[in-house]
Amino acid sequence: MATVRPRAVLVGAVALAGMAVLAVLTLGTGDFPIAPGDVVRTLAGQGTAAHAFIINELRLPRVVTAVLVGMALAASGATFQSLTRNPLGSPDVLGIVNGASTAGLAVVVLGGTSAQLSLAAVAGGVAAALLIQLVGGRRGLHGYRFILVGVGMAAILNGISGWLLTKGVQMENARAMLWLTGSFDGRGWEEALPLLGVLVVAVPFLALACGPGLRMLEMGDDIAAGLGVPVRRVRTGALLAAALVVACAAAAAGPVNFVALIAPNIARRLTRAPGPNLLPSMAVGALLTVGADWLAMHSGYPLPVGVVTGALGGAYLVWLLVSQRKAGRI
Amino acid sequence: MLAVVLVLGIGFGARFLAPGEVWSGLVDSGSPYYRIVHEMRLPRTLLGLLVGLALGLAGAIMQALTRNPLADPGLLGINAGASAAVATAAAFLGIATFSGYVWFALIGAAIVTALVYAVGGGRAATPARLALAGAALNATLYSYVSAVLLAHTESVEAMRFWTVGSLASADFPTIHRVLPFILAGLLLALATARPLNALALGDDAARALGARPGVIRVLVIVAVTLLCGAATAACGPIIFVGLLIPHLVRPFTGPDLRWMLPYTAVLSPVLLVGADVLGRVLGSPGELQVGVVTAVLGGPLFLYLVRVVK
Repeated sequence: MATVRPRAVLVGAVALAGMAVLAVLTLGTGDFPIAPGDVVRTLAGQGTAAHAFIINELRLPRVVTAVLVGMALAASGATFQSLTRNPLGSPDVLGIVNGASTAGLAVVVLGGTSAQLSLAAVAGGVAAALLIQLVGGRRGLHGYRFILVGVGMAAILNGISGWLLTKGVQMENARAMLWLTGSFDGRGWEEALPLLGVLVVAVPFLALACGPGLRMLEMGDDIAAGLGVPVRRVRTGALLAAALVVACAAAAAGPVNFVALIAPNIARRLTRAPGPNLLPSMAVGALLTVGADWLAMHSGYPLPVGVVTGALGGAYLVWLLVSQRKAGRI
Repeated sequence: MLAVVLVLGIGFGARFLAPGEVWSGLVDSGSPYYRIVHEMRLPRTLLGLLVGLALGLAGAIMQALTRNPLADPGLLGINAGASAAVATAAAFLGIATFSGYVWFALIGAAIVTALVYAVGGGRAATPARLALAGAALNATLYSYVSAVLLAHTESVEAMRFWTVGSLASADFPTIHRVLPFILAGLLLALATARPLNALALGDDAARALGARPGVIRVLVIVAVTLLCGAATAACGPIIFVGLLIPHLVRPFTGPDLRWMLPYTAVLSPVLLVGADVLGRVLGSPGELQVGVVTAVLGGPLFLYLVRVVK
């Protein structure tokens, strides 16, 4: 990053602090409630043995997965929105998440292992991104053409998902539905660590290698090219990296809806900075997934987290459409 | 063409019947095929006919009203609205019969039709706005449906076929229930053909021609609601039929709705029953749900339209 904006740092810090509070609350929630003070003490290594077991072994992996998934979704969403120059151009609207979920569902229905499921989801997401780029990206990734191609692709993939759902036998069907909604139930280190690895590689790539170019691209392809940005290379690199990140997030927790759409929007509104706003978006994304998970746990019966983000995100999307129209932007 | 597809629709199945056998099964109660034809194949084909007609007409008048080539009851979330209402009814109120579904489906379709029109910008709607508003509503409603189904696992088994869009559960009572709604929608749609033609020239020109734009909009929305609500209640959300057929018909009939609507009404069932037959052939010995076939067939056309249409 060329310059560090104080406002962006503040937004990131506040979001991370909020996320930490919610994470402590979530760690204390469950069949065996633990007071927030005890949770903090246990995390610092000074709790009782029972608390240490419950928190470190049972609950921490889930929360860490939630944090990483939120960060990954937000990073990918921020990049896509910058690429499409459109607050609606997130990987869930564009059908890339659908690619991952449909491929994953196929594995669930065929009765594959969770490792196969993860691989299929990653491959499906990246394949969907390439396909949309191929069909709709001839004249650049901005403009409504590209987004509508994504919407159409999502509709086709949904049809295929629906068919796969009817194929499954009853035992696998509940697992399949849960996978399609996105959930952190029973997620542990074996989901979190690969995702962490991808993030450690992809985020610096997106931030340092693509970030400056993306900021220029937001002014238009020609201007960016005039300023010496290798337009095609930056675009393809960012698209592939972002698709990979979102597909890995989907592989870890299923398609958790709309976090990729909302988090960067909120971050951008708060920081008022141009460009993808990668790091503040990731902080907001983690806050959103941990918060949604906490809400899902307190909703009375065990809702998967994807339902909470789906409902909140859908409402936000409708509001975004209305406000965009009033501002005359679409 | 319609006749050919109808005969095929009755003929294909676990045991293939030749057209002659279909005919004997239809009219001769002593024929060995009488029971197959009358109890299983005929209701399915007839329901396909009705639902195809309903979705095609709804798509055609929506495209005319919004002046939007991308309008489709599935894409704009109207069928999803009906699904969400039906899922609510099935899970929370314990309603499991079609006659119970249909009112909920109508209410859900009505709410979403109004909502998508309002969010998409009403009179100022552009194709992109409407399609995105529809995508937003679709995503929200489907995550609601899956939440409801997850929380009430016993209804999942019954609903998972319905949520794809399938004709497999067709029987005569369903047809009798759905018929009045679709007929009413059909008449209303045909009645709006002339004023919609006038409206295509713009509100002011339409008023000068003696049409009342406000009244027409309400009538079209009522017709769309009746057609989509009833169709969805009968066999679940089916996408792209309403998009596809008007575009296939328009090059032959021109933009005049008085010609377009009747042709749409004849050709849409051809597509739907054809897709159902195709699903049964490709998926044999089981079947591919008709909603899956139309999504996979219609999707590429949508992508093509997006590329061509400004």
